[in-house]
Amino acid sequence: MGYGTLLSQGADVDFMIHGVFSYQLFGQTLWITTTHVCALIVMLIIIGFCIAANRMLKHATEVPGGFQNVVELLVEKLDGMVSGVMGKQAVRFRNYIGTLFFFIFLSNISGLFGLRPPTADYGVTFALALMTFTLIRFNELKYQKLSGVLKGLCDPWPIWAPINIIGNLAVPISLSLRLFANILSGTAIMALIYTLLGKIALIWPAALHVYFDIFSGAIQTYVFCMLTMTYIADACGDGEP
Amino acid sequence: MEFNSNFILGCSAIGAGLAVIAGIGPGVGQGIAAGHAAAAVGRNPGAKSDITSTMLLGQAVAETTGLYGLLIAIILLFVQPLVK
Repeated sequence: MGYGTLLSQGADVDFMIHGVFSYQLFGQTLWITTTHVCALIVMLIIIGFCIAANRMLKHATEVPGGFQNVVELLVEKLDGMVSGVMGKQAVRFRNYIGTLFFFIFLSNISGLFGLRPPTADYGVTFALALMTFTLIRFNELKYQKLSGVLKGLCDPWPIWAPINIIGNLAVPISLSLRLFANILSGTAIMALIYTLLGKIALIWPAALHVYFDIFSGAIQTYVFCMLTMTYIADACGDGEP
Repeated sequence: MEFNSNFILGCSAIGAGLAVIAGIGPGVGQGIAAGHAAAAVGRNPGAKSDITSTMLLGQAVAETTGLYGLLIAIILLFVQPLVK
């Protein structure tokens, strides 16, 4: 490669996905990457938190204190958010939304702890968006039946159907690209600052971390969950849960 | 015609710079959304939390087009699809 590639090789900017080790499966070389490792760490943290919360709830007290307060606050806020958007459908989806919320939020802020955020890998966000897409289509078929789905596709006139199909297919792509690009841009900017400014980058990048990791991460988590809920509630219509 | 890879990289950098001009649109849009949200809070201060969350959601959706431009720029600079 040439020597003009300052950003990719010369200055050793490090925010790309790296392979940790490779293995063979059905004749293909597959890699365990930093994304897998960081996602596993995030999952372990969530699982540890859940086990601790479960232990605590076994002997919960009438007047909550300490840890129980935190857990109840989190669950209440999440329930309020889900039932505010989904109404009577909320009961069926708050598990999914809650899981999504904690996984995405912890992934987004994991950049603070020196990990590479798993959500800065398109594979992760696209998988999340595909789950949402499957839920949307499944619930649409379940509540509006085939006739309702076809009627929705031919919304103003039947000639509109291809455009509606493209619009439907664009949902998971835009959903995943929004999260991916936001987190990737934050990761890239922080990597550029730390590597290109070198020794000047002391303490003051903390302000940038607050914006790129915490603020942007929280907003994108909220937006992902909110859009997921809106789409699913829209697909369910006003059917009984 | 053969081109030097440095020439292609330079052109890629110009292209990346042009691609992030896409950020103008979402910037204007988010500004308009924030302005209207401020006006709404002025008219009805009680609904501040609802207005804020609606505004943030709308802004994040409006931001998507700008992010597409950013993705093009990142791909041009770091993946370098045009350099063989």
